[in-house]
Amino acid sequence: MAFTIKDVEHVAQLARLELNEAEKQVFAEQLNSILEYVERLNELPINGIEPLAHILPVYNVFRADEIQPGPPREEILANAPLVEDGQYKVPKIM
Amino acid sequence: MELHQLTIHELQELLRRQETSALEITRAIFARIRAVDGQVRAFITLTEEEALSQAREIDKQGEYGRIAGIPLGLKDNFCTRGVKTTCSSRMLENFVPIYDSTAAGKLFAEKGILAGKLNLDEFAMGSSTELSTFFPTCNPWDLTRVPGGSSGGSAAAVAADEVPFALGSDTGGSIRQPAAFCGVVGFKPTYGRVSRWGVVSYASSLDQVGTIAKDVRDCALVMNIISGKDPLDSTSVDLPVPDYAASLDGSVKGMKIAYPREYFKSGVDTNIQDTVKKALRKYEEMGAIVEEVSLPHSEYALPAYYLVSTAEASANLACYDGVRYGLRDFEADNVIDMFSRSRAEGFGDEVKRRIMLGSFALSSGYYDAYYLKALKVRRLIADDFSKVFADFDLIVSPTTPTVAFKIGEQIDDPLTLSMNDILTVPINMAGLPAMSIPCGFHEGMPIGMQLIGPAFAENTLFKAAFAFEQNTDFHSLRPALEVK
Repeated sequence: MAFTIKDVEHVAQLARLELNEAEKQVFAEQLNSILEYVERLNELPINGIEPLAHILPVYNVFRADEIQPGPPREEILANAPLVEDGQYKVPKIM
Repeated sequence: MELHQLTIHELQELLRRQETSALEITRAIFARIRAVDGQVRAFITLTEEEALSQAREIDKQGEYGRIAGIPLGLKDNFCTRGVKTTCSSRMLENFVPIYDSTAAGKLFAEKGILAGKLNLDEFAMGSSTELSTFFPTCNPWDLTRVPGGSSGGSAAAVAADEVPFALGSDTGGSIRQPAAFCGVVGFKPTYGRVSRWGVVSYASSLDQVGTIAKDVRDCALVMNIISGKDPLDSTSVDLPVPDYAASLDGSVKGMKIAYPREYFKSGVDTNIQDTVKKALRKYEEMGAIVEEVSLPHSEYALPAYYLVSTAEASANLACYDGVRYGLRDFEADNVIDMFSRSRAEGFGDEVKRRIMLGSFALSSGYYDAYYLKALKVRRLIADDFSKVFADFDLIVSPTTPTVAFKIGEQIDDPLTLSMNDILTVPINMAGLPAMSIPCGFHEGMPIGMQLIGPAFAENTLFKAAFAFEQNTDFHSLRPALEVK
């Protein structure tokens, strides 16, 4: 497939990345050349092959559901860009 | 030999005989850093004051345990309590973690002393450390060349005698490739062997923590400390960790070593091919059985890796939204714009490119054609290795297709840059343990030999690597840096 500026805008919106016009142009070109490169995977017959998402045969690792102390709220909030009344503050959502 | 030049085990011997102290070693290390890091530029953050006071404390207690009193460096994507952890990104430029990553914490519990945090390509995405937001690191063997990446700061610091060892992370070769470029030993264990908790994620099914050191014995020592199950990382494996030092007996008699023909063909510098073939003959002389094999799907590993790693990265890096930590845009008047602008300002081009590709590969309508297909190819790649390991103990290949390239030479072309990883990426796709050890020189630059083992056969790697090291002296050669 060919990656258009419109495709770039759509993906950027999904990825929550604001891009300027120059970036859109560059990314369209670069993503096209990368997609062209990965097209070679189509040479392989892959019907019926089980996808391998994860290398270890480990599933559903559980632990006892016990309350454990977490780090203090002030320590966690110390890295936040904006805090009010002991909570994260963000611009309006609705 | 001066203190900063010594290995961990040599320093420990001096400490045991009370011929030096933790304080002396730590002072020597910081003197060395001051003398050469202006040229090498391996460190982002130094923790000298804390290191010296810790060294004094260790000397007072007078007990030298597994790595007590030994300085170390950490790639700056390992969270360190109270010490900035930047990932070489504007996004995390001022991020101060409130806990230690498990691997680092285990070293601190053994009284290892943090010297500082080391440069990397932003969020570990790159092969040259030129993609650090702050500055490129230089190769100590030739300051006009790259140290490799993404753990370029870790490899350069060890090669330049700035620290005896450092931790790195390896998603597609990020420990082995810089170790090869800098002429040091780099070890990536089996996926699941070491906890990833507290290491900033790039691609979670591929990322693995490992070490870079001056020799094989030191690597084994550090791997013994950091390996093992961690309740905080559900992908860490609950298997006993063998004593790796016990496998350092110098013998490869009867060991069956395979070399894949796909790793010795055009695209790989013939000087490097010849040097590794020479090393294979050395193994034969030492009593190993060496045979050529095929890993037929090798050429598909890099395109499949491209899709898998970026897909996972796009999900992992979604957490950088300007809310809880990291850079925030304060101009936006609604929350979606705040996310998008914070991310636009905080991430560099390569990180954005990978997030874009990954978001695309996972997006509705393209998931089957790209991401799912890549996972199927991943199965074929893993099966290639399984077939070889049914008959062989070890696979040997070059670590990189070329020696370290010039700074600026490849930076404009994302595809060429990632071709550096063509011999290391398949191993991450299969989750196998692998290491790079020095095996020769070309144009005055080190060449790395890659040893690959079956899952959880770290012992076999250490055994074979140590045997080679005992019969060669490449590991003891160091670059001649001008001291300033």
